Amino acid sequence: MPTTLELQQIASQVRRDIVRMVHAVQSGHPGGSLGCADYLTALYFQLMDHKPANFTQEAKNEDVFILSNGHISPVLYSVLARSGYFPVSELATFRKINTRLQGHPTTHDGLPGVRIASGSLGQGLSVGVGVALAKKLDKDDHIVYVNMGDGELQEGQNWEAIMYAGSHGLNNIIASVDYNKQQIDGTVVDIMGFSELRSKFEAFNWLVLEMNGNDMQDILDTNAKAKSLRDQNKPIVILMSTEMGAGVDFMMGSHEWHGIAPNDQQLAAALAQLPETQGDY
Amino acid sequence: MQALEILGNNDTRSGFGAGLLEAGKQNSQVVALCADLTGSLKMDAFKKEFPERFFQMGIAEANMIGAAAGLATAGKIPFTGTFANFSTGRVYDQIRQSVAYSGKNVKICASHAGVTLGEDGATHQILEDLGMMKMLPHMVVINPCDYNQTKAATIAIAKYDGPCYLRFGRPKVPIFTAPDQIFEIGKAVTIYEGADVSIFCTGHLVWKSVLAAQALAERGISAEVINIHTIKPLDEKAVLDSVRKTRCVVTAEEHMYNGGLGDSICQLLARNFPLPVEMVGVNDSFGESGTPDELMAKYKLDTVDVIAAAEKAISRK
Repeated sequence: MPTTLELQQIASQVRRDIVRMVHAVQSGHPGGSLGCADYLTALYFQLMDHKPANFTQEAKNEDVFILSNGHISPVLYSVLARSGYFPVSELATFRKINTRLQGHPTTHDGLPGVRIASGSLGQGLSVGVGVALAKKLDKDDHIVYVNMGDGELQEGQNWEAIMYAGSHGLNNIIASVDYNKQQIDGTVVDIMGFSELRSKFEAFNWLVLEMNGNDMQDILDTNAKAKSLRDQNKPIVILMSTEMGAGVDFMMGSHEWHGIAPNDQQLAAALAQLPETQGDY
Repeated sequence: MQALEILGNNDTRSGFGAGLLEAGKQNSQVVALCADLTGSLKMDAFKKEFPERFFQMGIAEANMIGAAAGLATAGKIPFTGTFANFSTGRVYDQIRQSVAYSGKNVKICASHAGVTLGEDGATHQILEDLGMMKMLPHMVVINPCDYNQTKAATIAIAKYDGPCYLRFGRPKVPIFTAPDQIFEIGKAVTIYEGADVSIFCTGHLVWKSVLAAQALAERGISAEVINIHTIKPLDEKAVLDSVRKTRCVVTAEEHMYNGGLGDSICQLLARNFPLPVEMVGVNDSFGESGTPDELMAKYKLDTVDVIAAAEKAISRK
């Protein structure tokens, strides 16, 4: 089990992967990917019980992670590769013709680690509900993790899924909201905002936790608490405050780096802030 | 020409309900989801027999499709049930991304298709669903003709690994196919052999085409009637073999011209063997309130319309 420091070091490498992948094809979504790098690193390198070397769609007797906000595919691809689902060298094919690392994640090309296509927003939590129901039927007590964006919660399907999971007490779901308060056209509050989320989830019978999604120790502590609360027979959501662009100073503090790629100079400036800990691909 | 024996009268949705129960008995991985229309979809028997494998999803169809994709991911064989309108147009993007593109083994089962839904009117009637579903890569699209065939189709799609759209309806219609039939996905069924015109029909229009062929026979016209229960994949060989003999075509369906069986047949013929085609279907229109019989007459989806189309097709040879 890696230490907190080791997880932070892996997250630094994941961030290097993200900016290098996006730079290489001059497209993709670095902002949200960087913001979620710590949480996905924690999930894939410590929190989840999973089998990278023996990937199956069915995921019997293992935890499942579903990325609903599929545009942050760079961070998912990096943690999948770095945790052993496919060769790290394949990260160099991101968004290129004939790649398994499509712009948004897909099962279509058989990439190990991906169980559902996502990108058209608002669909992942429903899929998570289905996997959670199947695990209940199969008496498999493993957890279904689903990550959503905060802007993504503007999609109505999420609230259908939130209502279902809450009313049926699906305590094998631990959802997370990447609460960076930014979306493409501006801040979430300005576009179509919610002043806060806690009361909305609680009204639908969810347990709500909050954490700093860019603080590795807080991530580990909050998830330990989440697992301890499963006996309350409610789905759990973690409102995860993150900084879009976290780890690269000039990408932080606005929505501007949601979906643009760094140029050569910006790449160099970003990499200078991110220690290479695991070896670049 | 021999009349077909009518074995009874029932709705195709009841065939689905019976087939779902049987599929559930044959395979414990079969599960069912319904969006607050359990009685209308005839899913009660499955719910009663397998309560733990039945999921009441409420009036939330998008979540139902997504949950079905999740259940399929985990190895279940989910059947979703709601009206055809809410099974397709309402959830097209969910089906496209979470089911079709993701290659999930989900069976989208759609009742009350077409104008024979009747009095509820155009908000609930759908005439575009076959087109929407057949546009999706690798989606199997099936529209059986009577109770027995719908039951057999339901059992068959449970054994097929991949996304399927199964369309059926509300009104009671004659049962004329065999109760113990083996349903072969993608295999057309020839009901009458004939020499003068090929009638390719699907769903509720199959029986009307049978009646039309009998009437045409009395006028000395030999019509071949082929039940295309699987719109996609289309049995291209059966179609081409038939038209090489008859040299003219009628298509008949309770659906829009655009996107329906007629559209598929015309594409096939245009590429391979251009011939006169007359289409019985709805031309760029919504439905409306009325009884099923009244609507089938008003929208020219009746036996007389198939007869007229056949005569016109023959005249264009």
